[in-house]
Amino acid sequence: MQDLGIRVLFMGNNFARLMEGLWITIRISLIAVALSIVFGILLGMLMTVKNPIIRALTKVYLEFIRIMPQLVLLFLVYFGLTKSFGINLSGEVSAVIVFTLWGTGEMGDLVRGALISIPKHQYESGEAIGLSKWQVYYHIIIPQILTRLVPLAINLTTRMIKTTSLVALIGVVEVLKVAQQIIEANRYTVPDSALWIYGTIFFLYFIACWPISLVAKRLEKRWKTA
Amino acid sequence: MKKLLSLLLTVVLALGVLAGCGNTEEASNEAESNTEKASKDVVYRTLDEIKESGTIKIGVFSDKNPFGYVDEKGEYQGYDVYFAERIAKDLGVEVEYVSTDAANRVEYLKSGKVDIVLANFTVTEERAESVDFALPYMKVALGVVSPDGALITEPEQLNGKKLIVTKGTTAETFFTENYPEIELVKFDQYTEAYNALLDGRGDAFSTDNTEVLAWALQNDGFSVGIESIGNLDTIAPAVSKGNETLLEWINDEIVSLADEEFFHADYKETLEPVYGTSVDIDSLVVEGGVIEE
Repeated sequence: MQDLGIRVLFMGNNFARLMEGLWITIRISLIAVALSIVFGILLGMLMTVKNPIIRALTKVYLEFIRIMPQLVLLFLVYFGLTKSFGINLSGEVSAVIVFTLWGTGEMGDLVRGALISIPKHQYESGEAIGLSKWQVYYHIIIPQILTRLVPLAINLTTRMIKTTSLVALIGVVEVLKVAQQIIEANRYTVPDSALWIYGTIFFLYFIACWPISLVAKRLEKRWKTA
Repeated sequence: MKKLLSLLLTVVLALGVLAGCGNTEEASNEAESNTEKASKDVVYRTLDEIKESGTIKIGVFSDKNPFGYVDEKGEYQGYDVYFAERIAKDLGVEVEYVSTDAANRVEYLKSGKVDIVLANFTVTEERAESVDFALPYMKVALGVVSPDGALITEPEQLNGKKLIVTKGTTAETFFTENYPEIELVKFDQYTEAYNALLDGRGDAFSTDNTEVLAWALQNDGFSVGIESIGNLDTIAPAVSKGNETLLEWINDEIVSLADEEFFHADYKETLEPVYGTSVDIDSLVVEGGVIEE
Protein backbone atom coordinates (compact mmCIF):
# COMPACT_ATOMS: atom_id res chain seq x y z
CA MET A 1 0.00 0.00 0.00
CA GLN A 2 2.77 2.42 0.88
CA ASP A 3 4.23 2.70 -2.58
CA LEU A 4 0.82 3.61 -4.02
CA GLY A 5 0.71 7.16 -2.69
CA ILE A 6 4.10 8.26 -3.89
CA ARG A 7 3.34 6.89 -7.35
CA VAL A 8 0.93 9.78 -7.87
CA LEU A 9 3.77 12.26 -7.66
CA PHE A 10 5.42 10.88 -10.78
CA MET A 11 2.28 10.27 -12.84
CA GLY A 12 2.17 12.33 -16.04
CA ASN A 13 3.37 15.88 -15.50
CA ASN A 14 2.44 15.98 -11.84
CA PHE A 15 5.90 16.72 -10.51
CA ALA A 16 6.58 19.36 -13.17
CA ARG A 17 3.23 20.96 -12.33
CA LEU A 18 4.16 21.12 -8.66
CA MET A 19 7.46 22.78 -9.50
CA GLU A 20 5.68 25.24 -11.76
CA GLY A 21 3.32 26.06 -8.90
CA LEU A 22 6.25 26.49 -6.55
CA TRP A 23 7.88 28.89 -8.99
CA ILE A 24 4.72 31.01 -9.09
CA THR A 25 4.68 31.07 -5.29
CA ILE A 26 8.32 32.10 -5.13
CA ARG A 27 8.04 34.62 -7.94
CA ILE A 28 5.16 36.45 -6.28
CA SER A 29 6.89 36.47 -2.90
CA LEU A 30 10.28 37.60 -4.19
CA ILE A 31 8.92 40.50 -6.25
CA ALA A 32 6.71 41.56 -3.35
CA VAL A 33 9.56 41.28 -0.83
CA ALA A 34 11.95 43.27 -3.02
CA LEU A 35 9.41 46.05 -3.44
CA SER A 36 8.46 45.87 0.25
CA ILE A 37 12.06 46.36 1.34
CA VAL A 38 12.47 49.47 -0.80
CA PHE A 39 9.16 51.04 0.14
CA GLY A 40 9.35 49.74 3.70
CA ILE A 41 12.64 51.54 4.35
CA LEU A 42 11.16 54.75 2.99
CA LEU A 43 7.99 54.27 5.03
CA GLY A 44 10.03 53.51 8.14
CA MET A 45 12.02 56.71 7.74
CA LEU A 46 8.79 58.62 7.25
CA MET A 47 7.38 57.12 10.42
CA THR A 48 10.19 58.58 12.51
CA VAL A 49 9.52 62.07 11.17
CA LYS A 50 8.21 64.44 13.84
CA ASN A 51 5.45 65.93 11.67
CA PRO A 52 2.20 64.80 13.36
CA ILE A 53 0.21 64.61 10.11
CA ILE A 54 2.71 62.29 8.43
CA ARG A 55 2.88 60.21 11.59
CA ALA A 56 -0.89 59.91 11.74
CA LEU A 57 -1.15 58.99 8.06
CA THR A 58 1.52 56.30 8.25
CA LYS A 59 -0.01 54.97 11.44
CA VAL A 60 -3.44 54.72 9.82
CA TYR A 61 -1.91 52.96 6.81
CA LEU A 62 -0.10 50.45 8.98
CA GLU A 63 -3.14 49.71 11.13
CA PHE A 64 -5.36 49.37 8.06
CA ILE A 65 -3.02 46.87 6.44
CA ARG A 66 -2.61 44.93 9.69
CA ILE A 67 -6.30 44.73 10.50
CA MET A 68 -7.46 43.80 6.99
CA PRO A 69 -7.09 40.08 6.35
CA GLN A 70 -4.92 39.55 3.28
CA LEU A 71 -7.74 37.63 1.65
CA VAL A 72 -10.00 40.68 1.83
CA LEU A 73 -7.28 42.82 0.27
CA LEU A 74 -6.81 40.27 -2.50
CA PHE A 75 -10.53 40.25 -3.26
CA LEU A 76 -10.61 44.06 -3.17
CA VAL A 77 -7.79 44.41 -5.67
CA TYR A 78 -8.71 41.48 -7.93
CA PHE A 79 -12.50 41.67 -8.03
CA GLY A 80 -13.16 45.10 -6.49
CA LEU A 81 -11.09 47.14 -8.94
CA THR A 82 -12.75 45.41 -11.87
CA LYS A 83 -16.24 45.87 -10.49
CA SER A 84 -15.84 49.51 -9.49
CA PHE A 85 -13.34 50.95 -11.93
CA GLY A 86 -13.18 48.47 -14.78
CA ILE A 87 -9.48 47.90 -14.06
CA ASN A 88 -8.90 44.29 -14.96
CA LEU A 89 -5.70 43.09 -13.30
CA SER A 90 -4.50 39.53 -13.59
CA GLY A 91 -4.46 37.41 -10.47
CA GLU A 92 -0.70 37.46 -10.21
CA VAL A 93 -0.38 41.24 -10.56
CA SER A 94 -3.11 41.67 -7.93
CA ALA A 95 -1.22 39.32 -5.64
CA VAL A 96 2.04 41.24 -6.04
CA ILE A 97 0.26 44.53 -5.31
CA VAL A 98 -1.43 43.22 -2.18
CA PHE A 99 1.67 41.52 -0.81
CA THR A 100 3.71 44.66 -1.50
CA LEU A 101 1.17 46.80 0.35
CA TRP A 102 1.26 44.39 3.27
CA GLY A 103 5.04 43.95 3.23
CA THR A 104 5.64 47.69 3.03
CA GLY A 105 3.53 48.25 6.13
CA GLU A 106 5.22 45.49 8.13
CA MET A 107 8.68 46.38 6.88
CA GLY A 108 8.10 50.07 7.58
CA ASP A 109 7.28 49.31 11.18
CA LEU A 110 10.41 47.17 11.50
CA VAL A 111 12.57 49.93 10.04
CA ARG A 112 10.97 52.45 12.37
CA GLY A 113 11.70 50.23 15.34
CA ALA A 114 15.30 49.76 14.25
CA LEU A 115 15.76 53.49 13.68
CA ILE A 116 14.51 54.57 17.09
CA SER A 117 16.49 51.82 18.77
CA ILE A 118 19.70 53.65 17.87
CA PRO A 119 20.53 55.93 20.83
CA LYS A 120 20.41 59.63 20.09
CA HIS A 121 23.97 60.16 21.29
CA GLN A 122 25.27 58.22 18.29
CA TYR A 123 23.80 60.77 15.89
CA GLU A 124 25.18 63.56 18.03
CA SER A 125 28.64 62.03 18.41
CA GLY A 126 28.78 61.54 14.67
CA GLU A 127 28.02 65.13 14.02
CA ALA A 128 30.42 66.17 16.74
CA ILE A 129 33.32 64.61 14.86
CA GLY A 130 32.33 66.59 11.79
CA LEU A 131 30.33 64.07 9.72
CA SER A 132 27.45 65.34 7.65
CA LYS A 133 23.99 63.96 8.39
CA TRP A 134 24.21 61.66 5.39
CA GLN A 135 27.62 60.40 6.50
CA VAL A 136 26.22 59.69 9.94
CA TYR A 137 23.49 57.58 8.36
CA TYR A 138 25.83 55.83 5.95
CA HIS A 139 28.68 55.02 8.35
CA ILE A 140 26.96 54.70 11.70
CA ILE A 141 23.21 54.27 11.61
CA ILE A 142 22.49 52.14 8.52
CA PRO A 143 25.06 49.39 9.26
CA GLN A 144 23.53 48.96 12.70
CA ILE A 145 20.00 49.04 11.40
CA LEU A 146 20.74 46.40 8.78
CA THR A 147 22.02 43.88 11.29
CA ARG A 148 18.95 44.47 13.41
CA LEU A 149 16.63 44.29 10.42
CA VAL A 150 17.87 41.17 8.68
CA PRO A 151 16.37 38.56 11.01
CA LEU A 152 13.07 40.42 11.04
CA ALA A 153 13.00 40.86 7.27
CA ILE A 154 13.74 37.17 6.77
CA ASN A 155 10.92 36.32 9.08
CA LEU A 156 8.64 38.51 6.98
CA THR A 157 9.83 36.91 3.74
CA THR A 158 9.19 33.36 4.86
CA ARG A 159 5.83 34.42 6.28
CA MET A 160 5.00 35.91 2.89
CA ILE A 161 5.96 32.74 1.02
CA LYS A 162 3.60 30.77 3.19
CA THR A 163 0.77 33.30 2.97
CA THR A 164 0.85 33.22 -0.84
CA SER A 165 -1.26 30.05 -0.65
CA LEU A 166 -4.20 32.47 -0.38
CA VAL A 167 -3.76 33.56 -3.99
CA ALA A 168 -5.44 30.34 -5.11
CA LEU A 169 -8.67 32.10 -4.20
CA ILE A 170 -8.13 34.70 -6.90
CA GLY A 171 -7.52 32.04 -9.52
CA VAL A 172 -3.73 31.81 -9.36
CA VAL A 173 -2.77 28.15 -9.38
CA GLU A 174 0.19 28.10 -7.00
CA VAL A 175 1.92 25.12 -5.43
CA LEU A 176 -0.70 24.28 -2.78
CA LYS A 177 -3.53 24.47 -5.30
CA VAL A 178 -1.67 22.14 -7.66
CA ALA A 179 -1.29 19.75 -4.74
CA GLN A 180 -5.02 19.81 -4.05
CA GLN A 181 -5.73 19.27 -7.73
CA ILE A 182 -3.46 16.23 -7.80
CA ILE A 183 -4.97 14.76 -4.64
CA GLU A 184 -8.51 15.30 -5.90
CA ALA A 185 -7.81 13.92 -9.37
CA ASN A 186 -6.68 10.67 -7.74
CA ARG A 187 -9.27 10.68 -4.99
CA TYR A 188 -10.93 7.45 -6.14
CA THR A 189 -7.94 5.57 -7.48
CA VAL A 190 -5.27 6.46 -4.91
CA PRO A 191 -7.05 7.56 -1.74
CA ASP A 192 -3.86 7.76 0.33
CA SER A 193 -2.09 10.18 -2.00
CA ALA A 194 -2.87 13.16 0.27
CA LEU A 195 -0.24 12.23 2.82
CA TRP A 196 2.44 11.92 0.16
CA ILE A 197 1.55 15.04 -1.75
CA TYR A 198 1.29 17.17 1.38
CA GLY A 199 4.58 15.67 2.55
CA THR A 200 6.14 16.80 -0.71
CA ILE A 201 4.64 20.26 -0.27
CA PHE A 202 6.12 20.47 3.21
CA PHE A 203 9.48 19.65 1.72
CA LEU A 204 9.07 22.18 -1.11
CA TYR A 205 8.18 25.01 1.27
CA PHE A 206 11.16 24.01 3.35
CA ILE A 207 13.63 24.14 0.47
CA ALA A 208 12.14 27.49 -0.55
CA CYS A 209 12.55 29.05 2.88
CA TRP A 210 15.72 27.34 4.14
CA PRO A 211 18.20 29.03 1.73
CA ILE A 212 16.77 32.39 2.70
CA SER A 213 17.47 31.67 6.35
CA LEU A 214 20.99 30.56 5.44
CA VAL A 215 21.71 33.74 3.52
CA ALA A 216 20.35 35.74 6.42
CA LYS A 217 22.60 33.98 8.88
CA ARG A 218 25.63 34.62 6.71
CA LEU A 219 24.77 38.28 6.26
CA GLU A 220 24.24 38.72 9.96
CA LYS A 221 27.63 37.23 10.70
CA ARG A 222 29.43 39.31 8.11
CA TRP A 223 27.88 42.57 9.21
CA LYS A 224 28.53 41.86 12.84
CA THR A 225 32.29 41.69 12.34
CA ALA A 226 32.32 44.66 9.96
CA MET B 1 14.72 70.36 7.67
CA LYS B 2 16.20 70.47 4.18
CA LYS B 3 17.18 66.83 4.45
CA LEU B 4 13.69 66.02 5.49
CA LEU B 5 12.26 67.78 2.52
CA SER B 6 14.53 65.94 0.11
CA LEU B 7 13.59 62.69 1.79
CA LEU B 8 9.95 63.44 1.29
CA LEU B 9 10.59 64.32 -2.31
CA THR B 10 12.27 60.96 -2.84
CA VAL B 11 9.26 59.19 -1.41
CA VAL B 12 6.89 61.14 -3.61
CA LEU B 13 9.06 60.35 -6.61
CA ALA B 14 9.20 56.69 -5.70
CA LEU B 15 5.47 56.56 -5.31
CA GLY B 16 5.15 58.26 -8.67
CA VAL B 17 7.28 55.55 -10.22
CA LEU B 18 5.15 52.88 -8.58
CA ALA B 19 1.99 54.50 -9.78
CA GLY B 20 3.57 54.75 -13.20
CA CYS B 21 4.31 51.05 -13.24
CA GLY B 22 0.80 50.35 -12.13
CA ASN B 23 -0.57 52.44 -14.93
CA THR B 24 1.39 50.72 -17.67
CA GLU B 25 0.32 47.41 -16.24
CA GLU B 26 -3.28 48.50 -16.28
CA ALA B 27 -2.86 49.94 -19.72
CA SER B 28 -1.54 46.72 -21.18
CA ASN B 29 -4.25 44.77 -19.43
CA GLU B 30 -6.89 47.09 -20.76
CA ALA B 31 -5.43 46.75 -24.21
CA GLU B 32 -5.76 42.99 -23.95
CA SER B 33 -9.34 43.23 -22.95
CA ASN B 34 -10.49 46.32 -24.78
CA THR B 35 -12.83 44.27 -26.88
CA GLU B 36 -14.61 43.04 -23.81
CA LYS B 37 -15.04 46.48 -22.33
CA ALA B 38 -17.58 48.07 -24.56
CA SER B 39 -19.00 50.14 -21.79
CA LYS B 40 -17.68 50.63 -18.27
CA ASP B 41 -20.86 49.92 -16.37
CA VAL B 42 -21.43 46.55 -17.95
CA VAL B 43 -19.01 44.01 -16.53
CA TYR B 44 -19.98 41.09 -18.72
CA ARG B 45 -19.35 40.31 -22.37
CA THR B 46 -22.30 39.73 -24.65
CA LEU B 47 -22.59 36.69 -26.89
CA ASP B 48 -21.32 38.64 -29.91
CA GLU B 49 -18.35 40.03 -27.99
CA ILE B 50 -17.36 36.54 -26.91
CA LYS B 51 -17.63 35.20 -30.45
CA GLU B 52 -15.63 38.12 -31.77
CA SER B 53 -12.84 37.66 -29.25
CA GLY B 54 -12.51 33.99 -30.13
CA THR B 55 -12.24 32.77 -26.53
CA ILE B 56 -14.75 32.13 -23.82
CA LYS B 57 -13.71 32.21 -20.19
CA ILE B 58 -15.37 29.50 -18.16
CA GLY B 59 -14.94 29.18 -14.41
CA VAL B 60 -14.71 25.54 -13.32
CA PHE B 61 -13.52 23.70 -10.24
CA SER B 62 -9.99 22.43 -10.54
CA ASP B 63 -10.14 20.17 -7.49
CA LYS B 64 -13.59 18.60 -7.40
CA ASN B 65 -13.35 15.17 -8.95
CA PRO B 66 -15.45 14.07 -10.86
CA PHE B 67 -17.13 17.42 -11.70
CA GLY B 68 -14.15 19.60 -12.44
CA TYR B 69 -10.55 18.58 -11.86
CA VAL B 70 -7.15 18.61 -13.50
CA ASP B 71 -5.67 15.32 -14.66
CA GLU B 72 -2.02 14.33 -14.47
CA LYS B 73 -1.32 15.92 -17.85
CA GLY B 74 -2.50 19.24 -16.46
CA GLU B 75 -5.74 19.21 -18.46
CA TYR B 76 -9.19 20.02 -17.14
CA GLN B 77 -11.59 17.06 -16.94
CA GLY B 78 -14.95 16.19 -15.45
CA TYR B 79 -18.71 16.39 -15.89
CA ASP B 80 -18.80 20.20 -15.93
CA VAL B 81 -15.75 20.43 -18.18
CA TYR B 82 -17.25 17.99 -20.70
CA PHE B 83 -20.18 20.39 -21.05
CA ALA B 84 -17.87 23.42 -21.18
CA GLU B 85 -15.97 21.87 -24.08
CA ARG B 86 -19.23 21.40 -25.96
CA ILE B 87 -20.30 25.00 -25.33
CA ALA B 88 -17.01 26.28 -26.73
CA LYS B 89 -17.25 23.98 -29.72
CA ASP B 90 -20.80 25.02 -30.59
CA LEU B 91 -19.93 28.69 -30.14
CA GLY B 92 -16.93 28.23 -32.39
CA VAL B 93 -14.48 29.65 -29.86
CA GLU B 94 -11.54 28.47 -27.81
CA VAL B 95 -12.13 27.87 -24.12
CA GLU B 96 -10.02 29.36 -21.37
CA TYR B 97 -10.58 27.70 -18.00
CA VAL B 98 -10.36 29.70 -14.82
CA SER B 99 -9.88 27.76 -11.60
CA THR B 100 -12.66 28.75 -9.19
CA ASP B 101 -13.56 27.80 -5.65
CA ALA B 102 -16.90 27.56 -3.93
CA ALA B 103 -16.20 30.84 -2.14
CA ASN B 104 -15.47 33.00 -5.19
CA ARG B 105 -17.83 31.70 -7.89
CA VAL B 106 -20.28 34.58 -7.46
CA GLU B 107 -17.51 37.19 -7.39
CA TYR B 108 -16.11 35.95 -10.68
CA LEU B 109 -19.45 36.60 -12.36
CA LYS B 110 -20.10 39.88 -10.56
CA SER B 111 -16.80 41.27 -11.81
CA GLY B 112 -17.16 39.72 -15.26
CA LYS B 113 -13.80 37.98 -14.95
CA VAL B 114 -15.38 34.86 -16.41
CA ASP B 115 -18.26 34.55 -18.85
CA ILE B 116 -19.83 31.39 -17.47
CA VAL B 117 -19.45 29.50 -14.21
CA LEU B 118 -19.82 25.74 -14.62
CA ALA B 119 -18.70 24.65 -11.19
CA ASN B 120 -21.28 22.27 -9.74
CA PHE B 121 -23.23 25.43 -8.95
CA THR B 122 -26.34 24.62 -6.92
CA VAL B 123 -29.24 26.94 -7.69
CA THR B 124 -30.39 28.87 -4.61
CA GLU B 125 -32.62 31.91 -4.28
CA GLU B 126 -29.88 33.85 -2.55
CA ARG B 127 -27.42 33.25 -5.37
CA ALA B 128 -30.03 34.01 -8.01
CA GLU B 129 -30.09 37.58 -6.70
CA SER B 130 -26.48 38.13 -7.78
CA VAL B 131 -26.15 35.89 -10.84
CA ASP B 132 -28.41 34.55 -13.56
CA PHE B 133 -28.85 30.79 -13.66
CA ALA B 134 -29.53 28.98 -16.92
CA LEU B 135 -31.53 25.75 -17.19
CA PRO B 136 -30.31 22.95 -14.91
CA TYR B 137 -28.20 20.09 -16.23
CA MET B 138 -28.01 18.00 -13.08
CA LYS B 139 -29.87 17.44 -9.84
CA VAL B 140 -28.74 16.35 -6.44
CA ALA B 141 -30.59 15.09 -3.43
CA LEU B 142 -29.63 13.08 -0.38
CA GLY B 143 -28.56 9.47 -0.57
CA VAL B 144 -28.38 6.83 2.14
CA VAL B 145 -25.61 4.24 2.15
CA SER B 146 -25.74 1.14 4.34
CA PRO B 147 -24.11 -2.31 4.61
CA ASP B 148 -25.36 -4.88 2.09
CA GLY B 149 -26.27 -7.23 4.93
CA ALA B 150 -28.78 -4.78 6.38
CA LEU B 151 -29.58 -2.57 3.42
CA ILE B 152 -31.82 0.40 4.12
CA THR B 153 -34.11 1.07 1.19
CA GLU B 154 -36.85 3.06 2.92
CA PRO B 155 -36.31 5.80 5.50
CA GLU B 156 -38.91 4.15 7.77
CA GLN B 157 -36.56 1.19 8.21
CA LEU B 158 -34.29 3.52 10.16
CA ASN B 159 -36.80 4.23 12.93
CA GLY B 160 -35.12 3.41 16.22
CA LYS B 161 -31.81 2.87 14.46
CA LYS B 162 -28.71 5.02 14.20
CA LEU B 163 -28.14 7.21 11.16
CA ILE B 164 -24.75 8.86 10.70
CA VAL B 165 -24.70 12.43 9.38
CA THR B 166 -22.11 15.15 8.98
CA LYS B 167 -22.74 18.33 10.96
CA GLY B 168 -24.02 21.31 9.02
CA THR B 169 -25.12 19.32 5.98
CA THR B 170 -28.59 19.28 4.48
CA ALA B 171 -28.87 15.65 5.60
CA GLU B 172 -28.74 16.70 9.25
CA THR B 173 -31.55 19.25 8.89
CA PHE B 174 -33.68 17.03 6.66
CA PHE B 175 -33.73 14.02 8.96
CA THR B 176 -34.10 16.12 12.11
CA GLU B 177 -37.18 17.80 10.68
CA ASN B 178 -38.82 14.92 8.84
CA TYR B 179 -37.83 11.75 10.70
CA PRO B 180 -37.54 12.63 14.39
CA GLU B 181 -37.66 8.94 15.39
CA ILE B 182 -34.32 8.26 13.76
CA GLU B 183 -31.38 8.62 16.12
CA LEU B 184 -28.69 10.77 14.49
CA VAL B 185 -24.98 10.21 15.11
CA LYS B 186 -23.16 13.40 14.14
CA PHE B 187 -19.58 13.93 13.02
CA ASP B 188 -17.59 16.97 11.96
CA GLN B 189 -15.84 15.47 8.98
CA TYR B 190 -16.68 13.13 6.16
CA THR B 191 -13.79 10.80 6.90
CA GLU B 192 -14.92 10.38 10.50
CA ALA B 193 -18.46 9.68 9.37
CA TYR B 194 -17.33 7.04 6.89
CA ASN B 195 -15.09 5.43 9.47
CA ALA B 196 -18.01 5.26 11.85
CA LEU B 197 -20.08 3.51 9.22
CA LEU B 198 -17.27 1.04 8.56
CA ASP B 199 -16.95 0.34 12.31
CA GLY B 200 -20.68 -0.23 12.65
CA ARG B 201 -21.20 2.73 14.98
CA GLY B 202 -24.29 3.49 12.92
CA ASP B 203 -26.68 1.58 10.67
CA ALA B 204 -26.46 3.94 7.70
CA PHE B 205 -24.92 7.20 6.55
CA SER B 206 -26.61 10.01 4.64
CA THR B 207 -25.22 12.96 2.70
CA ASP B 208 -25.34 14.21 -0.92
CA ASN B 209 -26.22 11.27 -3.15
CA THR B 210 -23.29 11.94 -5.49
CA GLU B 211 -20.94 11.59 -2.55
CA VAL B 212 -22.35 8.34 -1.13
CA LEU B 213 -22.67 6.75 -4.57
CA ALA B 214 -19.00 7.30 -5.26
CA TRP B 215 -18.03 6.01 -1.84
CA ALA B 216 -20.19 2.88 -2.02
CA LEU B 217 -18.51 1.89 -5.27
CA GLN B 218 -15.09 2.04 -3.63
CA ASN B 219 -16.16 0.09 -0.56
CA ASP B 220 -17.23 -3.50 -1.03
CA GLY B 221 -20.10 -4.61 1.14
CA PHE B 222 -21.85 -1.25 1.09
CA SER B 223 -24.58 -0.01 -1.24
CA VAL B 224 -26.73 3.03 -1.65
CA GLY B 225 -30.21 1.75 -0.79
CA ILE B 226 -31.86 5.15 -1.10
CA GLU B 227 -30.51 7.06 -4.08
CA SER B 228 -32.66 10.16 -3.85
CA ILE B 229 -34.49 11.58 -0.84
CA GLY B 230 -35.09 15.04 0.55
CA ASN B 231 -35.20 18.36 -1.22
CA LEU B 232 -34.11 18.20 -4.80
CA ASP B 233 -31.44 20.75 -5.65
CA THR B 234 -30.56 21.56 -9.21
CA ILE B 235 -27.19 22.40 -10.67
CA ALA B 236 -27.04 24.90 -13.51
CA PRO B 237 -24.62 27.09 -15.44
CA ALA B 238 -24.56 30.71 -14.31
CA VAL B 239 -23.74 33.97 -16.09
CA SER B 240 -23.35 37.55 -14.90
CA LYS B 241 -26.58 39.23 -13.86
CA GLY B 242 -28.26 40.70 -16.92
CA ASN B 243 -26.19 38.94 -19.58
CA GLU B 244 -29.30 37.94 -21.52
CA THR B 245 -27.78 37.13 -24.89
CA LEU B 246 -25.43 34.58 -23.38
CA LEU B 247 -28.08 33.20 -21.03
CA GLU B 248 -30.51 32.67 -23.88
CA TRP B 249 -27.88 30.97 -25.99
CA ILE B 250 -27.00 28.55 -23.16
CA ASN B 251 -30.68 27.76 -22.55
CA ASP B 252 -31.24 27.05 -26.25
CA GLU B 253 -28.11 24.92 -26.24
CA ILE B 254 -29.28 22.86 -23.26
CA VAL B 255 -32.70 22.34 -24.84
CA SER B 256 -31.27 21.28 -28.19
CA LEU B 257 -28.71 18.96 -26.60
CA ALA B 258 -31.59 16.91 -25.18
CA ASP B 259 -32.18 15.41 -28.64
CA GLU B 260 -28.88 13.63 -28.56
CA GLU B 261 -29.11 12.91 -24.80
CA PHE B 262 -25.89 14.83 -24.36
CA PHE B 263 -25.84 14.75 -20.57
CA HIS B 264 -26.36 11.00 -20.55
CA ALA B 265 -23.26 10.74 -22.70
CA ASP B 266 -21.49 13.19 -20.40
CA TYR B 267 -22.50 11.05 -17.42
CA LYS B 268 -21.23 7.86 -19.05
CA GLU B 269 -17.93 9.51 -19.89
CA THR B 270 -17.20 11.25 -16.60
CA LEU B 271 -19.43 10.08 -13.75
CA GLU B 272 -20.04 6.41 -14.48
CA PRO B 273 -16.43 5.40 -13.75
CA VAL B 274 -16.96 6.87 -10.28
CA TYR B 275 -20.59 5.99 -9.53
CA GLY B 276 -20.73 2.63 -11.25
CA THR B 277 -23.26 1.20 -13.64
CA SER B 278 -25.95 0.25 -11.14
CA VAL B 279 -27.01 3.86 -10.56
CA ASP B 280 -30.17 5.13 -12.20
CA ILE B 281 -28.77 7.88 -14.45
CA ASP B 282 -32.04 9.78 -14.46
CA SER B 283 -31.83 10.27 -10.70
CA LEU B 284 -28.85 12.60 -11.31
CA VAL B 285 -28.90 13.86 -14.88
CA VAL B 286 -31.28 16.48 -16.26
CA GLU B 287 -31.85 16.66 -20.02
CA GLY B 288 -33.18 19.77 -21.73
CA GLY B 289 -33.55 21.55 -18.41
CA VAL B 290 -36.70 19.57 -17.63
CA ILE B 291 -37.04 18.16 -14.13
CA GLU B 292 -39.52 15.37 -13.56
CA GLU B 293 -40.27 14.88 -9.92
